[in-house]
Formats: sequence, structure tokens, C-alpha cells
Amino acid sequence: MEQRGLGRLRLPGLLALLAGLVVQAALGTRRTQTPRLSASRDLNLWPLPLSVMTTPRLLYLSPRNDFFGHSPTSKAGPSCAVLQEAFRRYYDYIFGFYKWPLGSDNIPREMELQKLEVSVIMDPECDSFPSITSDESYTLLVKGPVATLTANRVWGVLRGLETFSQLIYQDSYGTFTANESNIVDSPRFPHRGILIDTSRHFLPVKTILKTLDAMAFNKFNVLHWHIVDDQSFPYQSISFPELSNKGSYSLSHVYTPNDVHTVIEYARLRGIRILPEFDSPGHTASWGKGQEDLLTPCYHAREPSGTFGPINPILNSTYSFLSKLFKEISTVFPDEFIHLGGDEVNFNCWKSNPAVLRFMRNKRFGKIEKLQSFYMQMVLDMISAMKKRSIVWQEVYDDEGELTPGTVVQVWKKQNFPMKLSQVTAAGFPVILSAPWYLDLISYGEDWRQYYSVKPLNFAGTPEQKQLVIGGEACIWGEYVDATNLTPRLWPRASAVGERLWSHQEVTDLDDAYRRLTRHRCRMVGRGIAAQPLFTGYCEHEGGM
Amino acid sequence: MAGSTLRFSLLLAAAFAGRATALWPWPQYIQTSELRYTIFPQSFQFQYHLSSAAQVGCSVLDEAFQRYRDLLFGSVAFRFPHPIEKRHTSEKNSLVVLVVTPGCDQFPSLGSVENYTLTINDEQSLLLSETVWGALRGLETFSQLIWRSPEGTFYVNKTDIEDFPRFPHRGLLLDTSRHYLPLASILDTLDVMAYNKFNVFHWHLVDDSSFPYESFTFPELTKKGSYNPATHIYTAQDVKEVIEYARLRGIRVLAEFDTPGHTLSWGPGVPGLLTPCYSGSHPSGTFGPVNPALNNTYEFMSTFFLEISTVFPDFYLHLGGDEVDFTCWKSNPDIQAFMKKKGFGDDFKKLESFYIQTLLDIVSAYGKGYVVWQEVFDNKVKVRPDTIIQVWREEIPVKYVKELALVTRAGFRALLSAPWYLNHITYGPDWKEIYLVEPLAFEGSPEQKALVIGGEACMWGEYVDSTNLVPRLWPRAGAVAERLWSNKMVSNLDFAFKRLAHFRCELLSSPESRHTPHP
Repeated sequence: MEQRGLGRLRLPGLLALLAGLVVQAALGTRRTQTPRLSASRDLNLWPLPLSVMTTPRLLYLSPRNDFFGHSPTSKAGPSCAVLQEAFRRYYDYIFGFYKWPLGSDNIPREMELQKLEVSVIMDPECDSFPSITSDESYTLLVKGPVATLTANRVWGVLRGLETFSQLIYQDSYGTFTANESNIVDSPRFPHRGILIDTSRHFLPVKTILKTLDAMAFNKFNVLHWHIVDDQSFPYQSISFPELSNKGSYSLSHVYTPNDVHTVIEYARLRGIRILPEFDSPGHTASWGKGQEDLLTPCYHAREPSGTFGPINPILNSTYSFLSKLFKEISTVFPDEFIHLGGDEVNFNCWKSNPAVLRFMRNKRFGKIEKLQSFYMQMVLDMISAMKKRSIVWQEVYDDEGELTPGTVVQVWKKQNFPMKLSQVTAAGFPVILSAPWYLDLISYGEDWRQYYSVKPLNFAGTPEQKQLVIGGEACIWGEYVDATNLTPRLWPRASAVGERLWSHQEVTDLDDAYRRLTRHRCRMVGRGIAAQPLFTGYCEHEGGM
Repeated sequence: MAGSTLRFSLLLAAAFAGRATALWPWPQYIQTSELRYTIFPQSFQFQYHLSSAAQVGCSVLDEAFQRYRDLLFGSVAFRFPHPIEKRHTSEKNSLVVLVVTPGCDQFPSLGSVENYTLTINDEQSLLLSETVWGALRGLETFSQLIWRSPEGTFYVNKTDIEDFPRFPHRGLLLDTSRHYLPLASILDTLDVMAYNKFNVFHWHLVDDSSFPYESFTFPELTKKGSYNPATHIYTAQDVKEVIEYARLRGIRVLAEFDTPGHTLSWGPGVPGLLTPCYSGSHPSGTFGPVNPALNNTYEFMSTFFLEISTVFPDFYLHLGGDEVDFTCWKSNPDIQAFMKKKGFGDDFKKLESFYIQTLLDIVSAYGKGYVVWQEVFDNKVKVRPDTIIQVWREEIPVKYVKELALVTRAGFRALLSAPWYLNHITYGPDWKEIYLVEPLAFEGSPEQKALVIGGEACMWGEYVDSTNLVPRLWPRAGAVAERLWSNKMVSNLDFAFKRLAHFRCELLSSPESRHTPHP
């Protein structure tokens, strides 16, 4: 039962800590229930932080090589790769545009911002992987001559660096400028994900890494990697190499162990978790090519029809295969969670197969759903035994008699999703929401507004139930998406979901969101992300595109 | 003849579900066989036939030879073919091009003949065409016939093609006002247009949002009307480059300067051009369409369109004329007085007609023809009989099919775009709907049908810039291209899907994809 708490229940603790940080920053900012904004200049922040206070006082930055540094009291230092890499990235995002160094000679000393000092209060977790409970809170105090960014862990520093970079603009003389400000920030939900689908179309590693960059700009922290499906099996398994040898589109459409490792590490450096999904027992046609007898032979008029259905749930060999495969997956992917799928199982093939029917009779399963439950329970138990936790699509909850406590349910069916959220949380299961955020379903015009206006907690339930909503995911399924159109189709539409999951629930003004998102989109374009326009207009720096 | 040979050719294609299925758009007549010839990149050449009217020095074809060489073999590490393969097939080391009519330095026009025949057999390897424009279309087809074995050897099958376009105007509209498109995006688009046998680039240069065309008679238009006069403009040099790049691909540039509506961005650079809107008895500070009541307006237009007529070599200009909002005109007392003086009563369509007619007279005097949006016809503006009416509204005032009937019944030539607004996106394979449009499916005489000169795929720019243009445009526009080029009976979706999917992959592997912004 204690597992159910996840990040949400621990949050008050974090907030207390955060309050401590603020006092330490000697500014006396008090936490408020609604976001505080006092801006002398239009802010371009996305997603909007919990509390922002700025003054009209301008500070001028000198782009020195040692602009970012560690505070002497920080628990992290130059040996912390997560931070060193982030310093290099953000130096480039802020100053890198310009080929020549702009002199800081003329800046009056009292207006100069020489440095951003980073201070990590607790064990920095430099060598860890981010997790669902990772602390992403931070406070940012921008004042001359030295600004400070304080956080409990490196993950908060990463979020704070992104915010800091969004505060900087160039004035009409080209000087890098920021308003004196004080920002206190932490996410509303701990699970803020993007789902990519590399089975319907293969996505080159380069494209995945680009997506991780853009995710970091939007403070997303989970890449849900729907890595295999009916169409292809691009994951190269060490234990079962035939799966990708025979099940991938081609041998160049494969993720090698090294590719997977690259993605995981690139994500870690940006505070992003990789959540692998190996969807079964349905959506597995591509598995069958490399693993004999894994899929159920479908029957037609008492004869095998030559086609195959979902994974065959009645064979011992199935479970020994799965056990070995998931053992590998649990080692390759460091995250605490594995997504087991379980959606859209077509029962017709099972129903047609005499051996399956016999098995059901012996087990006294009245309904075919029982068979799906039986299968899922076997896999769920396997995952628990590997000390991992499971996420499943909502059908598993719908069909399951008793689901292992702590299993996370992902709600994806759009129709009546608030009711589903209500049911699942009433039963005590944590949920992830994606139903209103299927970004592959495109339409003409500014559909980001509808993604933005979703209220994830707008369902009937107790405060305890609401706390079981651990976050959401924007899904870009791959039927009509590959590397040619992924980036403009995903961004900035996913950014709308990014703010909904990070910012305070009161942040809902569409006009203000439009204004900030337009600029945020241009910022992404400037950083090499081909994010599509919201509406007519232009960006100052379109050169990268 | 077309009907029966076509059925025959479709059957053939199905029988040899191999190489010919790579063609897009599908030729009018094709016969192909399993017999194949090897092509060695080292020795292969495009050659002029001795009796060809075009010879070395013909810019259009010299450059096309170079382009298709690069496209076909450019990135290939040359190597000798597998010895066993060599024994079984004979070799083709050239494509001989014979152009009948001289002319390499003109511009393509609405009347350009694009017919060609392509004959690859034991005796010859010949591309025969009336004009260089036909040769360009044939070269594209030839390039689509060449395939590679898994071992890397190039082949072309024994093939007979006789081809010509169904419609002479096969256009693509880009909008560079709602969002600026860098020159590279436009040039890349022209390349892909040529792969699809499109022959008109309809350049919707300016609109309310911005004025990126740098006019040398009125430089203030761009200085004050572009998004950024340093970076978001098309200089005279840029425009020249687009026109020449298009010419070398047999593509006309149809420039659109839309008036009297859609002109907000013109205002800042030409004081007095736009109508001041009134709120009650005072100017509200906002502006409406071009002011049709002032002589200055027509003097300006006269000078401006003189420039445009010189800069753009095509016989046709697009004068817009769509979506004129009368509210501002109605509010303005000077306009009201002008209406009274002219005896227009309350009919603002008459005022619009007056403006358009005056403008058409100006442009006619420069020896140009013109294309206008359908409102000009709907509002009964008196236009010259050779005016081309572009039908863009799907439902209102009437269904576009009906509109085509009305326009052609009145004796005007028509261009169809209504079902081909590619900026409108939906989930799924919407190219099928685009593909199945039949432009001549309206009630009318054969003479009326003959007045439909073609159509255009439109990519309006409200939600499109260089970040998403390419994947939004292709291969969806390809569906329009085949509809406008191929025989109307080529409409089998499965057959189209197979070829279009293959063609898309070809586009991805061509050099342009390396220039596109997408990873």
C-alpha cells in the first residue's frame, strides 16, 4: 500500500524543504496557492513556474567561459557529469548564437551579472538515474553580480537552468539582458511524458535524441518508448537476437544495445526517464517471426488458418520466453517501471483455437477476458519478482479481477475518460492520463488550445484519489509519422501538455499562453528544433531551419 | 484509343508488378517487359540525337542531363557489375534525346507542348519530344524507370511509353506572406514539383500579414510591410533565381498580387492606399481594402503592375480579388460619396467591380493575361473573355462542381483548387480523397469541359512555414499531380498507393531531402 503514494504524497515534504531554501535565499518569498507573477517585461517562460517575481531592474550578462559555476557550499562539483554537461549546453543555448564575444567592458559594475552559481543542498544524485520520485524543485535568484540556482538534487538544477536560459534576452544593442528576478518552482505532476512509437515507423536514434532535447526545453521527464508492435520489432535483444533479425523492417532499422544505451544516457543527462514498453499479448505480430510458437495459431473451420493472433497464453514455453526477455529488459532499462501494454487484445483468434478453449475449460475461465487476466497476471508477477513495477493500458484494469496493488494504469480512451480516472483511482491505483493528448490525431488550426485546456483532475473523487493521478503523456503514434514529420507534428503541440503537467492548475489563460508559446516555439526553432508555427508570424532567428 | 490501351497498360503493370510500378504520375500509354538492360554509371550518357533541334549548349537540357545524372548515380560509389549478371543482359550506355522544335531559351507557357515518347528496346534508347519541355518530362520518367538490384547494378527494362498531360495547367500554390519561406524552401519545392510533373508555381507573394516582395519602384512596401526588411524579403535577385530555377525545370511562375482585399501589409509603405475605416463619424484608425475611390490608387497600381509585368515573364498574372470585406468601405463617407457619384446605389459589388475592371484594364494594357479568384466571376465583374477563373470555394455560393459548370458555361476558362487545399489537414490517408477528385465531373458540354485548363494544389501559410512545409506538402500534392497529368481512368487506389509509397521513398533518397530541415 505504501507504494501507492509515489511522488504526490511526498510532495508536502518537498515543499517544506523548498520553503527552507527560499528563506535561505534571504528574500522572504512566501509560497502562495496560486502562481505569483509580477513582471516588468513580458515573460517568455514555458512552462510557467510556480512563483515568479521580477523587478524592472536590468542586469547585463557577460558571456565569460566560467559563467556557470558551482557554489563553494554545493554538494556537487566539477566531477558531476550531469551538471558539467548541462553548463556546456546552456552556455551554448544562451550565448552560442553569436559567433563573436560581445564585450562586457562597458557594463556598469552594479548592473553586471557575472555568474550563475549552482548549489545542490542534498546528495546531488549525479550518477543516478532520474526516477518517479526525483526532486525537480529549484529556486532561482537572479541578482547582480552573482545569480544563484539552488536545488536539492541535480534534477532541480536542470529544470532551473532551462528557466534561467528562458529569462535571458538580447536588447536592441545585442547585450544579453535579464530582469532581476526570484523564481520558486516545482512540478505539479511527477510523471510528464511523451510517447513515441518506433514500430509503425522506425525513428533514427538521431531523431530520438532531438526529441529528448525538445523535451528538456519543455520540462518533460519521461520518454515512453513504445519500441515494438505488430509492424516491426526494432529492439535488438541480446537473449533473442532473432526477434529483430526477423521482425524488424530491415537490418538497418534496428536499435542495437549500444543505441539503447546512448538514448538512456542522453536522457539521463537531461533528467528524463526512459520508460520502455513491450506491449503484449496483443500488438505482437512482429514477435512471431523470430520466436516460433509464441503466437496463437488461429483456426478456421477446425483447421489452422495459417494466420496468428495474440501471444499464446496456454503454453509454458511462452512464460519461460517472456521471463527471459523481461529479465533482459529489466537489466537494460534502468527505470523502476516497465510498461507491459495489454491493450486492444483481439479475442477472436483465441476463441477459434481448440487448445485454448480446452485450457479455458480446464481452468474454469467462463469469459475470455479471464484468459487475458491470467496472462497479464503471470507477466505482472514476473515483473514484481524482478523488483520492477508495471504500467499497463486501461484495458488491463477493465478486465482484471485483482490487479497487483501499485500497478499504474494508463487511461487512453478518450470517451468518458474522467469517469475512468474516477474508477481507477477509487480502486486505489495510480493513473497516467493520455486520453485527451493523442497528438497523432491531427486537425486543421490551433488544436494546441484544446490540449492546453484539459483539466486532468476534473473528475469525481476524493483528494486522495486526485493524488493518485501521477501525471500524463502526450502520445504521437507512428502510423503516419516518421522522421520526416515527427518534429513539426510534435512541437509545439506537445508543449501545451508540458505546461499543463508542470504548471499550477490556475495557469489557464489562453491569450497569455498563446503569447508565451509563440515565443517559446521560436526559441525551440533557434535551438534547432523544427517546431511548427502556431499561427501567422515569424521568428527573429529562423536560420537554423 | 486512350481507354483501351490504358486498360491494357494497367494490366501489364499488374503482370510485371516490378519496375514500371515505380512511375508517378502514371503515363498515358506504357508497355513494358521483363527484358532488362544493364546501365553502367561510368559509361552512361545522355546524348543529343544528330537531328535534334536542341544540341549541346541548350541550357534547359544540358542542366537537366547533369541533374538526372546526379540523381541517378550521384551518390553511387562506382563499381563494376557482378560478372554473372553481366553475361545475361545487354547494355544501355546512353539515352538519346531528340527534340523536334528549336527553343531552349524561352519560358514555358500555358501553350507549351509536353508530349514525349520514350523507347527502350534492343535497337534504340530514344526520348523523342516536340519541345524541350516534353524532353524534361520524359527525362523524369526515364529516371523513374531505372532500378537497382540488391547487388547494386543499375537496370532499365524494355519499355515503350507515349505520354502527354491531361491538363496544361498543373499548379502548386505557396503562400509566402502568412509565413516567410526561405529561398531554399522554394527551390526545393520546385525540384519536387518537377519530379511530379507539375508545371506552374503559383506564388502568392503578399497578403495581409507581410509584404516580402522587394519592389524597386516602391521599396517602402517591403521596408514597412515585411516581417523583417533585413531577412524576410525576396530581393530582385531572389525572384530572378526562382524564375530561372523554375524555367530550367519547365515550370512557370505565376505571380499573385492579390487586391483589393488581403492588402493590409501594403498600407504602411503606401500612405493613402488603403481605405480608412470609420467608427461613427470619425476614422477608427484601422484600415480596410485598397481605396477604390481615389485616382492615386490607380496611378500607384499602374506603376506597380508595370514593374510586376516586367519582372515576371509569364503571360499571366494572378490578380486575386477574393474575400473583399465591404464593412470598411461602407463605413467611409468618402466612399459613400463616390458610390453616389457613380450611381452604384448600395451595391458594393459594383464598387468592387469598378476597381477590378480598372485594374484589369491596366494589366491588359501591359500585354498580360490574368487569373482571378472566383469571387470576381461570382460578383459579375465584367472581365475579358480570356480571363481564367480559379475556383476555390468548396460549398459557397454553390458546390465547386456547380461553379465549374457556371464558369465554363459563361465561356471562361477555369482552374480547380477547391478540393485541393492541402493546408487543411486531417488524420489518416487523406491523399485518397484528394486523388479521387474528378475535375470534369460536372454537367456541361464537351466545349465546357475543354475550358477546364487544370488545377492547383494550394498550401496556404497560416500554419505552415519552412519547419513543416515539406512533410505537409509531399506526397499529398503528388495525388493532385497524377490527377492532373494522367488519364482519368487511372484511379485505382491500391495501384496508386503502391506507386506513391515507392515514389515517396524515392523523394527521401534524392538530394533535396538532404537539404530539407527535417532529421
